[in-house]
Amino acid sequence: MSSTAPVAVQPAPGRALGQLVGRRLRDWVPAVVVLVLAIAAWQAAIPLFHIHKFLLPQPSTIWDTFWSNRGELLRAGWSTFEEALGGFAIGSGLAILVALALARWRPLGRAFMPYAIAANAVPIIAFAPIANAWFSPFSKSSKIVIAAVLCFFPVLVNALRGLTSVRPESLELMHSYAAGQIAIFRRVRIPNALPFIFTGLKVSSVLAMIGAIVAEYFGGTLGDLGTLIRSQYQVFDYPDAWAGILVACLYGIGFYLAIALAERLTLRWQPSTFD
Amino acid sequence: MSVVHVDQVTKRFGRLTALQEIDLSIEEGEFISLIGPSGCGKSTLLRVMGDLTDTTEGKVIVNGKPARQARIDRDYGIVFQDATLYDWRTVSKNISLPLELARWDRKRRAARVQEMLELVELDGFQDNYPWQLSGGMQQRVSIARALSFDPALLLMDEPFGALDEMTRERLNMELLRIWEHSGSTVVFVTHSIAEAVFLSTRVVVMSPRPGRISSVVQIDLPQPRTAATREEPRFFELVTEVREALHLGADEPGRERTEATA
Repeated sequence: MSSTAPVAVQPAPGRALGQLVGRRLRDWVPAVVVLVLAIAAWQAAIPLFHIHKFLLPQPSTIWDTFWSNRGELLRAGWSTFEEALGGFAIGSGLAILVALALARWRPLGRAFMPYAIAANAVPIIAFAPIANAWFSPFSKSSKIVIAAVLCFFPVLVNALRGLTSVRPESLELMHSYAAGQIAIFRRVRIPNALPFIFTGLKVSSVLAMIGAIVAEYFGGTLGDLGTLIRSQYQVFDYPDAWAGILVACLYGIGFYLAIALAERLTLRWQPSTFD
Repeated sequence: MSVVHVDQVTKRFGRLTALQEIDLSIEEGEFISLIGPSGCGKSTLLRVMGDLTDTTEGKVIVNGKPARQARIDRDYGIVFQDATLYDWRTVSKNISLPLELARWDRKRRAARVQEMLELVELDGFQDNYPWQLSGGMQQRVSIARALSFDPALLLMDEPFGALDEMTRERLNMELLRIWEHSGSTVVFVTHSIAEAVFLSTRVVVMSPRPGRISSVVQIDLPQPRTAATREEPRFFELVTEVREALHLGADEPGRERTEATA
């Protein structure tokens, strides 16, 4: 914020890209070490404690299964990801529009927000079977709806917070320039809300994937990840189910990272982007 | 014609009377300081001039028209205690914001931004973001932004209140240089007696509960003012005069009490 005052003596923020990437990589070292250790411990623990493979297979088994079925698994994952992405786009898009409306007409916000908050307490996952009944269980629509509903609330709350948490002086300044509501939204409220919106989008990217998979558990085509994981379990093919979970993780993490990258590119002005 | 004409202005917030029957005329090219203890209504008076707050009674004329019309016509620039820069805009984008709103074309904006950067001596920092600047530099950007569209009136609400003494004195000098250069009229709210005397052509001393003008001190120090001005005997005399006026305004327990029970 502009109220704190770190002293910059040299003009222009340009920092060598190579240096930045190098530092990034070094930042990742501890996390990579933890991952390697965790997988090694897991790998060693299964034979050591005689854990049955239907409870937990070894990572190497999961990886082998994934690798031999990678074509089918990644296609199924893509199919699920499409649903997640559709739900994410619809849910988040609507949430941002609603947040804009609620921020513009505050009485509307006061009238609707209590219900929005109450609606958030509803376990939306529980509606997955009903969504399947409303739409066809074999269509993507029912999964998209569940993913969209899950995405809606985190984005709405964060966007609304960002749109309304503008410092009063910032608005008075716009007022002194005789700026209209559209200019105030475009030049102050929306930029101010962007970091908040991205926080919501990152949360909902993960939720979208969860929503799509869980909705598929209640019925979907065999080309979907959720259906695949469930059916492998039913035929006691545990490593295959675990490989499916691995694929779900990969898509989920990829989705999250894509949003995080978009955030970095959009919010270049933030100090944290450089640190 | 006076740039600002405050006519019998009263402002109440609920039961609190922030301003009571204020009369003040400010001529073109004047540098007016509003000084007084906390709660004397000096900031409220400034905000009334800028149409950021309504008056309860009385009227404010700026540039010969009601304050509201003057605001809509962008007749004044304002600088707050906090620089209030937009974090997502670079220095040059912050300065050009009022110009964008006034629909200046890109070329004209770029030329003016460059001019303003030179005026506040921040040339070379145009592509920095606010968090990369020191407090004093941020406030200079804020001043450049307020002056970018050449307003007849510059309203400043304790602009240097959050800065250290050294930076404050340097910015005082800069502000005087900018004031001479731009020829605009300045209304400056401050807590500092020395700052008010050093900068102003007139110091308006206010007292609290209810906020009113207790006296006006004409500052007859020669222009242009320099670092040496602060060491002149006349400077100290005027500082003393303002200080006494402040104490006189504050020491009216009778009046304060009647207001408190009202």
